Formats: sequence, C-alpha cells, structure tokens
Amino acid sequence: MSIETAPSASATALDATAAVATRRDIQHRLLMTLGPILAALIIAGCILLAVGVDPLAYYGFVLEKGLFSPLGIQQTLTRMAPLLFLAAGLIVAFRAGMWNLGGDGQFLLGAVTAAASAPLFVQVMPAWLALFCSFVIAMVVAMIWSLLPALLRAYQGVNEIITTLMMTFLGTSLANVLVKLVFRDPGTTVPQTRTLPVEDRLPRLFGTTITSGLLLGLAAIIIVHLVMTRTAFGLKLRIVGANPRAAIHSGLGVPGLTIAVFAISAGLAGLAGAVDILGVQGNVRADWNPAYGLAVIPVVFLARMNGFAAIGFVFLLSVLSIGGESAARRLGVPKHFTLVLVSIVLIVLALAEYIDHRYNQSRRA
Amino acid sequence: MTGLFSEVFLSALLFGAVTAAIPLLLAGLGEQMSEKAGVLNIGIEGMMLAGAYLGFVGAFYSGSLWLGFLTGAGGGMAVALVMALLCVRIGLNQIVIGIALTLGLEGLTALLHHFQFSRSYPRLPAVDVTVIPLLSDIPVIGPALFKQHLIVYLAVALVFGMGYIYRRTQLGLNLQAAGDKPAALDVAGIDVLRTRTVAVLTTGALAGLGGAYLANIGAGLFIPFITNGAGFLGIVLAMLARGRPVWVLFGALLFGVCLSLTTAMQVAGINIPTDIIQMLPFLAVMIMLVLFGRRAGLPAALGIPYERGAR
Repeated sequence: MSIETAPSASATALDATAAVATRRDIQHRLLMTLGPILAALIIAGCILLAVGVDPLAYYGFVLEKGLFSPLGIQQTLTRMAPLLFLAAGLIVAFRAGMWNLGGDGQFLLGAVTAAASAPLFVQVMPAWLALFCSFVIAMVVAMIWSLLPALLRAYQGVNEIITTLMMTFLGTSLANVLVKLVFRDPGTTVPQTRTLPVEDRLPRLFGTTITSGLLLGLAAIIIVHLVMTRTAFGLKLRIVGANPRAAIHSGLGVPGLTIAVFAISAGLAGLAGAVDILGVQGNVRADWNPAYGLAVIPVVFLARMNGFAAIGFVFLLSVLSIGGESAARRLGVPKHFTLVLVSIVLIVLALAEYIDHRYNQSRRA
Repeated sequence: MTGLFSEVFLSALLFGAVTAAIPLLLAGLGEQMSEKAGVLNIGIEGMMLAGAYLGFVGAFYSGSLWLGFLTGAGGGMAVALVMALLCVRIGLNQIVIGIALTLGLEGLTALLHHFQFSRSYPRLPAVDVTVIPLLSDIPVIGPALFKQHLIVYLAVALVFGMGYIYRRTQLGLNLQAAGDKPAALDVAGIDVLRTRTVAVLTTGALAGLGGAYLANIGAGLFIPFITNGAGFLGIVLAMLARGRPVWVLFGALLFGVCLSLTTAMQVAGINIPTDIIQMLPFLAVMIMLVLFGRRAGLPAALGIPYERGAR
C-alpha cells in the first residue's frame, strides 16, 4: 500500500482486517468450545462402553430427546429459564469478586415464597398482577436471605464462601420447614404447597409448551451483561472485584456496593426460583431441591462471566440434562450419568482454555 | 418424658453424635491442610464420595474393614491427584475444577453402584468396637465415647498430630508459607507446587477415609449421594477453625450432636420436622460469626494458583 493512499481507503482496509480478525476470533472461539465438547463426549463414551452401553445409541438418544424432537427442544428451552436467572445473578457476584455460593438456598426460598403467594394473590387480583407480585416477593425474600452474608462481608470482612454456604444449608432446611408446616396444602397427603392452576401460570410461547420465563431469563442475563460492561455502576463493581483496596482508595463506597452486589445476585436467584414455580412446576413439594446453583457456577466461569457465552453454555447444560433424563427412562442408564458428562465437559473445557492460553503466550514470546 | 432423658437414650445420642462427627472431622482436617497451603478444595465432597464407594466395595468384597478404609483413602487420593494435577500443577481455577469433580464423582459413584448392585443395597456386618477399660465404665459417656471402633480414636489422635505438625515441624511451616506467601517459600528453595501437592493428596486421603467411615461404619452400606453435603460442612469447619485442628474437632462434635439429635427425635417419635434441628448447628455458627466474626484470617494466597515468576 502506497503512502499517498487516502485516509478513508486505509480506514476501510483496517476495517476489513479487523473484520477478518473478528471472524477468525469467532471461528477460534467456536473451535475451542466445540472441540473440547467433542473430546469430552468421547471420554464419557468410554465410560459408557465400560459399563456396557452403546455410546452412539446413548448420544443419539440424548440429542434426539434434548434437541431435535419438538417436545424435547421445548423442554430444554423451558429448563433454561431458571438457569439463565441463576447465571445472571452469579455474573454480577463473580465480576465483583464475591463468591456467592449460596444460590441454591436463595433459589429455594424464592421458589417457596412464590409458590405460597401466587395461589393466594390470584384469588384477589388479575393473574398478571398476581404473578408480578409473586416475583417481587420472591426476589425480596431471597435478597433478605443474602443480607447477613453481605453485612458480614462488608463490615466485618468475614469470608462470604463460608457464610453463603451456611445460609444455603439453612435456606434449604427453612424451605422444607415452610413447605411442611406453614404453606402446606391441606388438601393433599404429600406435603406440598397449594398448586397454581395451569391457566394462571406464566403464559406459554406461541402455542408451544415453552414457558415465557425463557424470555424473562434472556432479558435478565442480557441486561446484567450490559450493565456490567457498559455502565458506570458495572465499572464500579468490576473495580471492586479487580482490586478492593484500589476501589476504596478511588473513593468508592465498597461496603454499600458489596451489599448491592449480594442483593442483586440473590434477588436474581430468587427470581430463578419464582420463574421455575410460576412457569413450570406450579407448586413446591417437600424436599424438592434441583440443585441448579451448583451446576451453574462452573458454567459462568467457563463463559468468563460473559452473558452471551453463558447463554450458550446454559443451553448446552439444558440439552444434556433433559436428554439425559429421557435416556434414563428409556435406556436404563441412570440420569446421574449426566453429572459425569457435565463434569467431564467442564474439566476438558477448562483444560482446553489453559492450553490455548499457553499456546498464545509462547507464540507472543 | 423421663424416658427421653434416660441414661440409655443420652448414651445413644452421644454415640450417634460421635459417629456423625468423625467423617466431618476427617473432612475438616483434610480441608484445613489444603487451605493452609493455599488451595481451596471445593472437590472434597467428590473425594468423600469416592472414598465412600471404594471403601464400601473394598470392605464388602474383602470382608475386612481396614482394607475398606485403605481403598477408601486411596479412592479419595485418586480424585485428589486429578485436582493436584489440574489446580496445583497447571493452575486451573480451583472452584471450577472442585465443583466439576464433585458433580462428576456424584454421578460416577451412583452410576457404578447402579451397574454393580442394581437396586439392592447390601449391608456390611456390624463392626467390632475397641473397648477402653475403666473409662468405658463411666455412666452415659463411657459407652458412648469409649466403645468405638479403633479408627475413631485414631481420628481424634490425628487432631493432635496435625496440631503438632503445624506448630512444630518444618512441613507445617512450609504449608503455612505456601498459603500465605508462596513466593517467599520459593525463594527459600522449597518447591511450592510440591508442598501444595502433598497437602492436596493428604486432603484426598483424609476425605476418602471420612467417606469410607461414613459408608462402612456410619451407615453400613453405600447409597448414592450418601455424603449429602458432608464435604461442604468440612469446608465450613475448616474455614471457621482458622487453622487450628482442635477447633475442627469441636465444630465436628457440635454438628454431630445436632445430626444425631435429628435421628434420636425421630426414634423417640417427637413430631418436629427434622429440618428444624438440622438448622441448629448452622444457626449457632452464624450467631457466633455475627458476634465474634472479625477478619477471618484466611491464608493470603488462598485460591490463587502459584506460578513462578508471575506478578
């Protein structure tokens, strides 16, 4: 390219190289995601072979039931709704450097409050308002549940991993107590809350069985992503996460921000519980604990706390778990195999990222 | 209500408390060593499950409890080896790998149990206890504390052994340095990664032993997900104990009493949901934290992989 080239031309050339670079980057990221997943499937296939199951038949079945059959894909998309809310909550916390490992307790308490309040509200107000109020109450209860760990971390410096873990144990038990003693439906023999009639639940999308909670979940995680990456508030939280001491010295009110982070994170976990109840389950049975929170934590890490990447990983997790549940019923492979599969996928993805990072480093050096 | 507080009942309650406390104690002691060395070991639940399953299988087929403990500890150590390779040697994120290992072992042990025993849950024969003379004649606490399996005494002895290691030996100092200022340890000519690997493997062995105890002595059988959060309780205990093994013992006993109380209440037919009693130890600890929780005093480099020369 000669020196006399018009600035506009060089700019377009730059744009073109940038576009190529972005495309290569996207290709690279896709390869770095799909490659490890394939490798993980092969490793998990060896385990299946070892216990005498045909891996190809199993994977075929999982794909068919989780992704390609109309009913399966609808179930998969429905399962994504609570997971997206949980992932959104974790993105806020992890970006701000707070290890909120108490998602399951906050989720269950949100679920129980929503399950208890919605059937009462629908009797006195229109259904949409009842759902809205239930969402708000579930969110507030989950926020309150995170207040103690937040205060302890903000003002006493108590490590939030211990406190949130303990609050999650407490929350799980409390949710059971509430279901068994306080909100128990007198009309049933098994302890569970009153069931929200199907017509009062969150509407389903376009004549399918997909809950509209999916849209709420997508909205939540995208909003969280944009707030964390594009706003001053998000920047403040990321500073707190990157270096709390620097945040204090730059004049940020770290205790207040800490409490805000916990409130947002727990509130989203509570909404996850509410969206699962108001959209799908309709009630909470005693001892119900899907433990979504634990599976979502590594997913958020692997997505590097990026909202859009998290959506992709949550989709993968849903396909595997819905497909795995069907395969358990039909092929006699316990659904616990899904846990093994998810675990191998996580480990191989983490390894691949490390190898990629190392490769780039050595190339640059 | 006199029956409730009879000697037999109290003794059984205490016996149950010790039985429930030992796995927590072993897991807590193990986690404590990892954390001292700067590795946050969230995979300990998976290590306990591996220990529980392999420990049970070992004891079931060999007929020897001790062989079961050995295979259990080996199983925990095998999982720990994966953790050490991934998180210590090449420095992957400890929380991701820890949770992945826990999920994977939950699934794997349930899967293996399904294909091996299908839906049957074979039991091990009752364990033989070691009776300590004289002390076991004390009413109430005698039969509860001094008629236990030998491994219980060994576990309690381990508490003091650990205390000795941390306070009086070079290894203890190295572990502490690996967690607080790994670069300084490196400069002193001691391999940080090796120190941390030793800690993680020890954690795995102890957690596996705890799992094996849970399956072989606590329950007498293996069921999927048998640990039910015991590993996470171990993490809580280790963090609360702030590096002191004796505190892990006290904490484990507190949780053990509450766990034992839930079973005892059910046996006595008292109509309180067990969930309420299960909340008690956590409530107690939270209140303690609110009242006395100052800076928790965790190792400075906890959870941060060490890479020589990195800033």
